[in-house]
Amino acid sequence: MSRHRIVRTMDYNDEYDGYDDVYGHSVDDDHCISPTDAQQWLYDRQRGQQSISAFISKNKDIKEEDTDNDDDDEDEAFAKARRDSESFQMPELDELDQAKLSSCVDEVRSVVGDAVSERCIVETSMRFDFDIQKILDEILNEETKKTTTTPAKSKTLTIPASTSASASAPTPAATATTVTQSKSVNKLPPPPPAPAAPSSGSAIAPPTKISLKEPRRGFDIASPKTPSSPVVSGRNTPVDIGIGDEASRNAAGIFKVSKDQAQRNAQQLYEKERSDQKSHIHMIVIGHVDAGKSTLMGHLLYDTGNVSQRVMHKHEQESKKLGKQSFMYAWVLDETGEERARGITMDVGQSRIETKSKIVTLLDAPGHKDFIPNMISGATQADVALLVVDATRGEFESGFELGGQTREHAILVRSLGVNQLGVVINKLDTVGWSKERFDEIVTKLKAFLKQAGFKESDVTFTPCSGLTGENLTKSAQESALTAWYTGPHLLDVIENFKIPERAIDRPLRMSVSDIYKGTGSGFCISGRIETGVLCVNDKVLVGASREQAQVKGLTMDDLSQTSVFAGDQISVTLAGVDINNITVGCIISDPQIPIPVTTRFQARIIVFNVKVPITMGFPVLLHHQSLIEPAVVCKLTASIHKSTGEVVKKKPRCLGNNSCALVEVETSRPICIERYADFKELGRIMLRVAGVTIAAGMVTKIR
Amino acid sequence: MKLLGKYVDKGMQGTVTLMPEESEDMWHAYNLISEGDSVRSTTIRKVQNETATGSSTSSRVRTTLTIAVEGIDFDTQACVLRLKGRNIEENQYVKMGAYHTLDLELNRKFELRKPEWDTIALERIEMACDPSQSADVAAVVMQEGLAHVCLITASMTLVRSKIEVSIPRKRKGSVQQHEKGLAKFYEQVMQSILRHVNFDVVKCVLIASPGFVRDQFYEYMFQQAIKMDYKLLLDNKSKFMLVHASSGFKHSLKEVLQEPAVVAKMSDTKAAGEVKALEQFYMMLQCEPAKAFYGKKHILRAAESQAIETLLISDNLFRCQDVNLRKEYVNLVESVRDAGGEVKIFSSMHISGEQLAQLTGIAALLRFPMPELEDSDDEDDENGAVGGHHNDSDSD
Repeated sequence: MSRHRIVRTMDYNDEYDGYDDVYGHSVDDDHCISPTDAQQWLYDRQRGQQSISAFISKNKDIKEEDTDNDDDDEDEAFAKARRDSESFQMPELDELDQAKLSSCVDEVRSVVGDAVSERCIVETSMRFDFDIQKILDEILNEETKKTTTTPAKSKTLTIPASTSASASAPTPAATATTVTQSKSVNKLPPPPPAPAAPSSGSAIAPPTKISLKEPRRGFDIASPKTPSSPVVSGRNTPVDIGIGDEASRNAAGIFKVSKDQAQRNAQQLYEKERSDQKSHIHMIVIGHVDAGKSTLMGHLLYDTGNVSQRVMHKHEQESKKLGKQSFMYAWVLDETGEERARGITMDVGQSRIETKSKIVTLLDAPGHKDFIPNMISGATQADVALLVVDATRGEFESGFELGGQTREHAILVRSLGVNQLGVVINKLDTVGWSKERFDEIVTKLKAFLKQAGFKESDVTFTPCSGLTGENLTKSAQESALTAWYTGPHLLDVIENFKIPERAIDRPLRMSVSDIYKGTGSGFCISGRIETGVLCVNDKVLVGASREQAQVKGLTMDDLSQTSVFAGDQISVTLAGVDINNITVGCIISDPQIPIPVTTRFQARIIVFNVKVPITMGFPVLLHHQSLIEPAVVCKLTASIHKSTGEVVKKKPRCLGNNSCALVEVETSRPICIERYADFKELGRIMLRVAGVTIAAGMVTKIR
Repeated sequence: MKLLGKYVDKGMQGTVTLMPEESEDMWHAYNLISEGDSVRSTTIRKVQNETATGSSTSSRVRTTLTIAVEGIDFDTQACVLRLKGRNIEENQYVKMGAYHTLDLELNRKFELRKPEWDTIALERIEMACDPSQSADVAAVVMQEGLAHVCLITASMTLVRSKIEVSIPRKRKGSVQQHEKGLAKFYEQVMQSILRHVNFDVVKCVLIASPGFVRDQFYEYMFQQAIKMDYKLLLDNKSKFMLVHASSGFKHSLKEVLQEPAVVAKMSDTKAAGEVKALEQFYMMLQCEPAKAFYGKKHILRAAESQAIETLLISDNLFRCQDVNLRKEYVNLVESVRDAGGEVKIFSSMHISGEQLAQLTGIAALLRFPMPELEDSDDEDDENGAVGGHHNDSDSD
């Protein structure tokens, strides 16, 4: 059937993907032309356009023409050299001179090899009247001069390769030197008097050849990042770069990716795409049930203009109908009928606001004890947290006591890697904006949070009221509050959170928190990019089955993107994988450096307050990112001293309250997990039993 | 199970004739029969006959065979027991020493001959033949997107179906997908209940979940039942019981069985009793670690000092192939009983039994603290892994 293929518009990258896996490396069978040949000789209109547009989009800031740009200079010199060897016409000479010249050229060639162009030899020999000794001196001297200039040139050449963004402005010093030097070469200065022995000269010549050729590989006009296509790259055979050692070290090196994906420079891409945007931050709102988290967030969204007046009015009317007018703001985030009818949040609600310098994604966590799994899956995506506590008498206490969610949530987010915490003392209007009450709560919380592992400098306390909107987006108006409170309002607190470092140049890891049918073809998964970069058309591996899929589209906050980076909350349209083979909690990873898959791993855990001790064979629920998987603590390797990390006892019989230990955990199904040392984000685990978090830990060893 | 005949001589050698009546009896049979026993039962055998002319015809004949058991296979889901072994009684169809695989069938008697009947085996027969112990409960543990429909019989917990549906989360503007997914999930769970729960046998159906999933499901189910006229559900509405569980995974059944309301309803079932006993062990381990021990080595030493008050032992230890090992465990059980202790044999098919099997399969509550046991294991490192299928392979 190959006869009927439209070869012209074929995308060879796709066409030959996986080809080598199946057929080995022979090229015959049903394809009449080998991929490399095709890439080399066939004109692919689509590809040409792609690469041009890619070039334009990626090199916007390159100046049109730089007169003293040494790139041009280089090109010219090189073009000349090529012309020299390809299309040089012998000068018209009489027979005797012709014979002299040819013997002379042969002589010189035998010494210097092919490094020097014929034209150069001919010209020089004519100038020195066919005196072999002088010609050799002249040619070799010129060669050595070139060699000394090339290091400088190659230096300027490597700059565009590594950072094309800064390539348009090469260091002036380097440019200057190369220009003057190349000029002096062109001028052909008189030969220096010192004669060089031909033998030593020939020793120098080969390195010259290499140093000249090295930076020039492929006569490439475009930066090496762009895919080599016949149109832009001339006649060179495409070389497979980037899958060298990395792949052979890895068992999963068999997965092929496009060259573009393999060679991408993440940092550079990030700068290009995001340098002009506000930075993103994810904030989870936690606290005891009925502390007013959703109301607070709803009101914040309304006040920042993210909820229209009309919608708010609708909520007000509807909530009034149900006799729950105080829930009108919470309804902004609690959208399902069930949540509204019960008046509690059940799943993490998501929305975003923009502050002066940040785009903040709000994750509204459920406070109810039964929905902690949802809260954990939300918290794994968060950078910072907002702890809401109810200031009403009795309410704060019940939330803060043992078994209250204020306590558990705070410990959970801390062990999930959140270090910045804003504490909101909510509903302070119910106690008449009393300073005593505020101080009482603050002192209690401070002691607890310190014990939970938060640094005092990273915790702020803000009084406010979610229902009335006091001290949310504007400074306090209430005289009872302004009498003693002069600190920042809530929006300022959010504004002041520090942006955590994003691991952009690590291999891609993304955790899936939701799967749904998108509009159009395929299906969507949403989640957070933990590390690395993801672009449209990238190949990725899905979950523990390591199925390969292709990214067809990326959206962030309902806006379509071409590339997304670590820390982003995105949804991805996937193709090439069945929707049933992907589950909530699985990890999307880079095909070249895939995530380890295991059923058994060792972890260092801290045991919280537990009713019964942990023994060998203890069944637990393992929480890892959004994944919830039944697991068994199959071995207690050693109990460890909490602060020093020394082994206290090998093979303890059981682990009691507040102990620290090395254990082995076994899951029934294989899961994707990373060592904490390799990927902090993916090396954290949480063990829960019967609705109580019994331990948090980090993965130390994967079997 | 019906005991049709029993002849055991003084040397504890003898035969027992049994008739399994329900699928659970297969489980008992599986626990009774071990390698080296001989089993006699009726079976179907394909027999090839060669005629004088050399053409061969094969026909299936029902015949009664006696085999010396060499291999035992038990399918927990279908409750089918297959016994592989050599024929030891020649008949017209099957030669001596020919291999045959017996499928034990319901309502067909079989005769089991053991070279030595120990107390555990005899007890098992007694237990299997006790009609009062058959109390069936169905349980559905669920959370959004995950449900297990289980049948809890006296000595087994069978996961009849596991339903896993990925339900899209609620997202801005589109709650429909979430609600649609949820409805689909509930529908599947309901269908599974209709298919797997036999309301003639089952005393009650527990629906357990975190949050409001169970209420939502219950509501959905009976709305659908009225709409679609599912008589079966409507007639048995009183059998449904809503309980709290922390998740939809199988092991949260343990919490369900600890629920006071459930305990009251099925107080005498083995499952609930086992959960309680294991819980007691853990409580003891927390409060007085020197009075609770697990692992064969510790238990044997405690038994030597007659310190064992309650012995928890998983039945998978008795199913081991090694006759001497089994004997060791039988002796342990007998010695504990002789010393006035209580022995609880856990079914490894129950949730708590599974956990005990992971916990080396043997644990005990002591009469008096024995801290010296704990100290003694510093001397050697390898004490773990005694449990039958728990292999402790350190492969690095």
